[in-house]
Amino acid sequence: MSQITDATHNQSDHNNHQHIALLRDEMLRFATLQLRDAVLAEDVVHEAIDAALSSDKFTGKGSIKSWVFAILRNKIVDVIRGRIRHPTESFVEDADELDAQFDERGHWKKSQQPANWGSPDVILANEQFWVIFDICLNKLPENTAQVFMMREHLGLEISEICKELSLTSSNAWVIMHRARTQLRKCLEINLMQGERFE
Amino acid sequence: MMDCKQATRLMSQAQDRTLTFRERVNLKLHLLLCTGCKNYNKQMDFIRKTIQQFRQR
Repeated sequence: MSQITDATHNQSDHNNHQHIALLRDEMLRFATLQLRDAVLAEDVVHEAIDAALSSDKFTGKGSIKSWVFAILRNKIVDVIRGRIRHPTESFVEDADELDAQFDERGHWKKSQQPANWGSPDVILANEQFWVIFDICLNKLPENTAQVFMMREHLGLEISEICKELSLTSSNAWVIMHRARTQLRKCLEINLMQGERFE
Repeated sequence: MMDCKQATRLMSQAQDRTLTFRERVNLKLHLLLCTGCKNYNKQMDFIRKTIQQFRQR
């Protein structure tokens, strides 16, 4: 008798696991939209699924979907609260990285001087470029990436971003400058390596 | 005379706000003489253009 109960239990466990796996894409889309950071979204979804699978709280009342999404939502809120609590944590300290590109008179160091990348249209038409671009974008530190994507991807004005993240505008400009500088450097290293796109 | 460090800061800010007349004049003068910054300026426009296309992909 207990064997039969076990078997039924395992079967329903198995069904739950399958359901959750199917929800993964939808969860990822939701998390990416909220966090504007694909890598972080991936982490949060992973954590939420882990939590869901290892918990036995799901009683079968309501749908698995709303239960799993409730877990996910809590994880996302935690991340956003953490960001707001330390809004400028990783922003302020490293002015050095920007400064390190220049000599003591404020001119480009030879090794750091921006190169001519050639025609934008030629570069943008190359599939390999988009792989590089994706890698470089994902290399931006989390806080920097969030502000950069709010500005460039969502098209928000600096004033709106400052309001949402409690930043001053000069803070926001520094963050944007840092994001562009890092992105530029990463792209340049990759574009200038190997053969130019043709 | 504006140095490259100040010029790059302004070129980035130009993507986010309207520069003052004075800033624009000083930047233009600097760009006439500095190839590195001229390239940097083109790259700023390129990055914006890239994100716009990225959005539609």
